[in-house]
Amino acid sequence: MTTTTRRHVLAGLAAWVAAPAILRSTRAYAQNPTIKVGFVTPSTGPLAGFAEADDHILEGLRAHFAGGVMNNGKSYNIDIIKKDSQSNPNRAAEVAADLILGDEVDIITAAATPDTTNPVADQAEINEVPCITTDAPWQPYFFGRGGNPAEGFQYTYHFFWGLEDVIANFTGLWDDSGVTKKVGGLFPNDADGNAWGDPNLGLPPALAAAGYELTDPGRFQPLNDDFSNFISAFKDAGCEIVTGVMIPPDFGTFWSQAAQQGFNPKVATIGKALLFPSAIEALGPRGVGLTTEIWWSPNHPFVSSLTGISAGDLAVGYSSATGRPWTQPIGFKHALFEVVADVVSRSEDLDDYEANTAAIKSTNISTIVGDVNWSTGPVPNVSKTPLVSGQWQDNGDGAELVITNNKHAPQIPVGGELQLLG
Amino acid sequence: MIEWVGVIVQGTLLGGLYALFAAGLSLIFGVMRLVNIAHGDLIVLAAYLGLSTTMMLDVHPFVALIVVMPLMAGIGYALQRGVLNQTLGPDILPPLLVTFGLSVILQNALLEGYTADPQKLNGGAIETASLSAGGLAVGVLPLLTFVVAVAMIACLQWIFYKTSLGRGFRAVSDNQDIAQIMGLNKAHVFGLAMALALAVTAIAGILLGMRTSFDPAIGGGRLIFGFEAVIIGGLGSLWGTLAGGVILGVAQTIGAKIDPGWQLLAGHIAFLVVLAVRPNGLFPRVEH
Repeated sequence: MTTTTRRHVLAGLAAWVAAPAILRSTRAYAQNPTIKVGFVTPSTGPLAGFAEADDHILEGLRAHFAGGVMNNGKSYNIDIIKKDSQSNPNRAAEVAADLILGDEVDIITAAATPDTTNPVADQAEINEVPCITTDAPWQPYFFGRGGNPAEGFQYTYHFFWGLEDVIANFTGLWDDSGVTKKVGGLFPNDADGNAWGDPNLGLPPALAAAGYELTDPGRFQPLNDDFSNFISAFKDAGCEIVTGVMIPPDFGTFWSQAAQQGFNPKVATIGKALLFPSAIEALGPRGVGLTTEIWWSPNHPFVSSLTGISAGDLAVGYSSATGRPWTQPIGFKHALFEVVADVVSRSEDLDDYEANTAAIKSTNISTIVGDVNWSTGPVPNVSKTPLVSGQWQDNGDGAELVITNNKHAPQIPVGGELQLLG
Repeated sequence: MIEWVGVIVQGTLLGGLYALFAAGLSLIFGVMRLVNIAHGDLIVLAAYLGLSTTMMLDVHPFVALIVVMPLMAGIGYALQRGVLNQTLGPDILPPLLVTFGLSVILQNALLEGYTADPQKLNGGAIETASLSAGGLAVGVLPLLTFVVAVAMIACLQWIFYKTSLGRGFRAVSDNQDIAQIMGLNKAHVFGLAMALALAVTAIAGILLGMRTSFDPAIGGGRLIFGFEAVIIGGLGSLWGTLAGGVILGVAQTIGAKIDPGWQLLAGHIAFLVVLAVRPNGLFPRVEH
């Protein structure tokens, strides 16, 4: 029988106190080491539409990552930790800090509008953690965070298209239509509306250069209940094209009032409000014929570098698993983790944030949304993916988004011709 | 000239919509001094219930009102007796906080149940129908909204001053304890008031759902105009609420005519001017 002596207690106590110092928290080499990837996304709130496919995509990726990802001859598990930003930039920053400091993620990712990408990227930059984001035009991402094209950022990287692509696509679409070159602009007083309507960098100078006459009555507050003044200004100016960047409720209000007050444009090309099939369905028959930008579709001729799945199969897989139509963010969510897996496989030392960042910087892969390569971007830290535009057309049993203009990205095939409204 | 007539007409019609949003708020405040932060979300809830009804029974949104109004009234009665009555007291803060929490719960419950997809009630041809006279085009649906708002306020006014139910409302509004002594069960009267308010909200929700697309998150944004209409008109006054809505609507369209950026600002300025000149609103019924 052993007796507990004072010495035993002291020795035990000392060992217990010293344990953390001696047993440095190293990876458990008995099993595969794990790379933690944080993912911030707006699962709830007004932006939830952008995130509806998250769970489906993550499920597929987790199954794929179950086999591990090879790096320098060793297999690593990838553990994706998802956190909800609640569509709130402050909350996004909070959960990003939580992921970085609490979960100690090796790489942090975020997607869906500048409200999610910017606060997360800012947290990553401050805490010197590599960060990959997508699904927000690059100007609000880069300039919105006070980026300087000469210097760029150290740890944060982003892939998506930019305003210049939208402008080129919209004017391309209108050139096809052959209608009078008079455009009515609907720009709200929010980050997107101010960027699109900016008199120096937005649509106004670009439209003027392309020979279009823009009627822009001014900025309205989002969730507006009355557009009658816009409508009478557009009518007076004889506009045959309407454009802008709006949220679905605002476009719904505008579109009903336009019909009530006898304003019938021949082309309506709106950013943001017309992205999702559900938004078009909600508009009923008057949703058919509207035009919008297309970042990704099942007809894009790209395949996943990770699983080899084609864009079409990814969309079909989502629809058959959930019973819901495909949406554009699906491809980008998948591509985000393609880039992560590629970085994990190439990094020279996965325990070193600097090495991981260097691996992001030297990325050059063909993903399901197009090529991602940060050495060819318009500014440092930004890689551009191709953008086309198209029209919601009636395919017999509902509206379908058909690519009608690919002048800006000819590698993506067109699926039909533009039809005028009315 | 005709332009400005158009602006005033559109503003007045917009005011009808705001009055519709505000009528339920005004009624609840008038009877039990309860500021209902969840009112906007309850309007959205009504729109979603309307959506489910039109989908399941394949009927026009107006017909769906037959289902949605009693349903919302039932929800209102249960909500008042089950939750809000427990919070009412000399302190106005607990009911405020509870309705705030209710607003968050409603938004997320709707998000779970209906997803974030924007939805719309399909009203058919009436959505885009319009009447034109002398260069003015007025949508049938906004006009109908305004007429409904006026009819509803008149109806509420009648209930308040011509029925025994209304006498009960006025009695508990004047003095809860004396009314209780006189044999009125104030918990029940409050329940009925909330039921009536949510029945009105059902109409607002259906008309909003036909006017534009909605999603679980838009309720809060509609609340502020409702509050402003109530305050401009004078707390507790129903016709005042209609007047408040119209003043707000006309101020906004005139502001927007000058510059669209001024639309909301002009409404808020009108609100502040009224507050500065008549702090109790234009037709106050509640003495402070």
